[in-house]
Amino acid sequence: MMTVIAARGLRKEFTVRVKVGRLRRDRRTVAAVDGVDLAIERGEMVGYIGPNGAGKSTTLKMLTGVLTPTAGDVSVCGLSPVRQRTRLARRIGVVFGQRSQLWWDLPLRESFDLLRHIYRVPPAEHAARLFRCRSLLDLDAFVDTPVRQLSLGQRMRGELTAALLHGPEVLFLDEPTIGLDVVSKQAVRGFLAELGATGDVTLMLTTHDLADIEKLCRRLLVIDHGRVVHDGTIEALHARYGSRRRVVVELESPSSPPEVPGATLSAVSPLRFEYDLTGATAGELLVRLAGLAIRDVSIVEPDIEDVVARLYTGVPVTDAP
Amino acid sequence: MGAGFRRYSTYRQATVAGAFTNTVFGFLRCYVLLAVAAGAGTATVAGYDAARLATFVWFGQGLLAVVLLWGWTELADRIRTGDVVADLLRPVDPVTRYLATDLGRAGHALVTRLVPPVLTGPLFFPFYVPHRWTTVPLFVVSVLLATVLCFGCRYLVNATGYWLLDIRGPMILWALVSGVLGGLYFPLRFLPDALVVPLWLLTPLPSLFQTPLDVLVEIDPTPRQLWLVALQAGWVVLVLVLCRVVQRRAERRLVVQGG
Amino acid sequence: MRAYWALFRGQARSQTSYRLSFAIDVVSNVWATVLDVFTVFVLFGVTRTLGGLDLREALVVTGMSACAFATGDMLVGNIERITLYVRTGRFDAVLVRPLRALPQLVLMDLPLHKLSRAGFGATVYLVALGAADITWTPGRVLLAVLAPVGGIVFFGAVFVITASVAFWWTESGEFGNAFTYGGRDFTSYPVSVYSGWFRNAFAYGLGFAFVSYYPALALLGKRDPIGLPDWVGWVAPLVALPATAAAALIWRAGLRRYTSTGS
Repeated sequence: MMTVIAARGLRKEFTVRVKVGRLRRDRRTVAAVDGVDLAIERGEMVGYIGPNGAGKSTTLKMLTGVLTPTAGDVSVCGLSPVRQRTRLARRIGVVFGQRSQLWWDLPLRESFDLLRHIYRVPPAEHAARLFRCRSLLDLDAFVDTPVRQLSLGQRMRGELTAALLHGPEVLFLDEPTIGLDVVSKQAVRGFLAELGATGDVTLMLTTHDLADIEKLCRRLLVIDHGRVVHDGTIEALHARYGSRRRVVVELESPSSPPEVPGATLSAVSPLRFEYDLTGATAGELLVRLAGLAIRDVSIVEPDIEDVVARLYTGVPVTDAP
Repeated sequence: MGAGFRRYSTYRQATVAGAFTNTVFGFLRCYVLLAVAAGAGTATVAGYDAARLATFVWFGQGLLAVVLLWGWTELADRIRTGDVVADLLRPVDPVTRYLATDLGRAGHALVTRLVPPVLTGPLFFPFYVPHRWTTVPLFVVSVLLATVLCFGCRYLVNATGYWLLDIRGPMILWALVSGVLGGLYFPLRFLPDALVVPLWLLTPLPSLFQTPLDVLVEIDPTPRQLWLVALQAGWVVLVLVLCRVVQRRAERRLVVQGG
Repeated sequence: MRAYWALFRGQARSQTSYRLSFAIDVVSNVWATVLDVFTVFVLFGVTRTLGGLDLREALVVTGMSACAFATGDMLVGNIERITLYVRTGRFDAVLVRPLRALPQLVLMDLPLHKLSRAGFGATVYLVALGAADITWTPGRVLLAVLAPVGGIVFFGAVFVITASVAFWWTESGEFGNAFTYGGRDFTSYPVSVYSGWFRNAFAYGLGFAFVSYYPALALLGKRDPIGLPDWVGWVAPLVALPATAAAALIWRAGLRRYTSTGS
């Protein structure tokens, strides 16, 4: 394993002017990123989420060399992003959901060709990568259309291709699915999943759409008020923030629910019980229910949206068990 | 009108930058015209003495932002994006509504853009103070007419967007012609009479800029001043009627063709 | 180099993809400079001398200025769009490419339609040189070539400097025009028409006097009524060097400022 993105004590302060009274304005320093530590290994797919203004984009900008950190160490591919910006640019790909890398008035094909020269990619490599993207992202239908005439989904597929043609080691994606229709979202996710499966490319994506994370990322970083409040798997997030799997039991004939250690009853009706699993496994619960006339059992996975929503709104959550 | 005033007062920094730039150009144009007067070796050139030339230049720099020769594309933008359809749903006639907003803007510019160059000029150059009391109200009326007239011309240029996909051609043509033939680069009386007279009578351009400035520096006796302002008023009526006609045609076109 | 060439090619293809608009731009762009020259003729319609020069002599100054400004504007002028890039965040997309930011911006927006104006500026200059009473020597030929080159570089530097202001002052709006277009107007006329601190600031403080006026005096073999020695005209094109250095410093400081504030 090799650490591709490393940051220690990363901090970024901005000076903002705050209106005090009618005319006076005070300068106040605000930390957009406040001591972030990151260690992302080669081939990982990491989701980076947080509410608006939490510091996601600021972190991404510091990692891509667009912003200088106020304090802390950062290295990407072993390079210092701001100081070695152009060298780093050859080894990373960046997709900003809202800012195009493509030539607005030219067909996609020509944008790709220009990028080949800009990144100095040997023709054979370029052709091979382009071929792969074209088939995986279905570009053929619109590769000769000027970018300005593309739909948002088509354009995003073009942007992804553009970011990958120079074979980057790390791909940064800032809101890659924002504003896309369902079909395009799935196409983009499917493509990124495939890309991640190869294990060559490290992927870091910010998003507001948690489905992106659930489909793509084993690892999740949650940032709020400039600090990382969670770093781990989605399961760990659930465990930590007390979200529980729910078991719904439907019965053939009415009966009363048995007490089960490690599970609490959350809803009871004559033909239907719902248990929240607090320690027991679903299997243990089912053993306890063996005597009942069960018609159907379903296990409801906890919803990550709920967890994150609670995180964002600052509702206190039970701490790690 | 109030809305127009308020909206423009939010662009405070751009206003400062604009007033600064107008002032620098005031210096540039003033020095050149004074050198012209000095080089001519006569007391006046085309009727202007040094004080009149300086006043012409500095008030001109201030008026530039009041009448707003350049840089208004609001209507054209709304036509391009299709937002203009929403204008038709409002109970007020678009020409009237845009004019009201524009007068608010002009009012704001009167304070923020006319005052800085007009105060700067006299510190460094001779200044002409009108001798006849009638000149002052006449000047005020003339500035108002010039503003409305300029609005009308800009409206017509923007309205070509109803028919043309790309209105850069008319825009650029307007920017070039209005500056030089309005009297911004040099007083139009520097041109031979054979050119100036038809220009003044047959085009609205001198009425945009040259007329209020000439009224102010009392180049002509009172009857002639009155006549020039009346000519301005005539152009205002004509251009506004034209705006109305163009707008009605455009609306019919929008309704028939669905935009 | 190939990479920058690719940027240029992309830009050229993009612009010419709208044929009619491009044609309109090509034609209309000439007129701004035509009117500048026309203005000079009008002014000489009411006077015989301007700042000590007659029409033919003054046209050398105007032509040199028009040639330098129009070409500098074509090559570097669109850097003023940086305000737009900073405001919309598109500047970030520029920074994540493996190329230097300044040449990238310049080549991404190179306005080819301004070629017509640069051509007209050069024509005015050549005609003015032909019409003026110049005793040609090898040195003067060299100066006649180098002076507009220095002027082009100088105006390019002015464009970069005024555009860099956007890094500190995003809403700077027309502010830069005072020095870019203002510089063009200033250099279109003999420096001797200006006076006082304004002349000192623009002509010598900012260096605009050395773009067209002093080289023109050296070509015409005329004395400077302001009193600078004759050799000044011969070294005037060198003003491009400190201007370039200042532009490089200010641009770099601006870039550092951007990467530390992100706006």
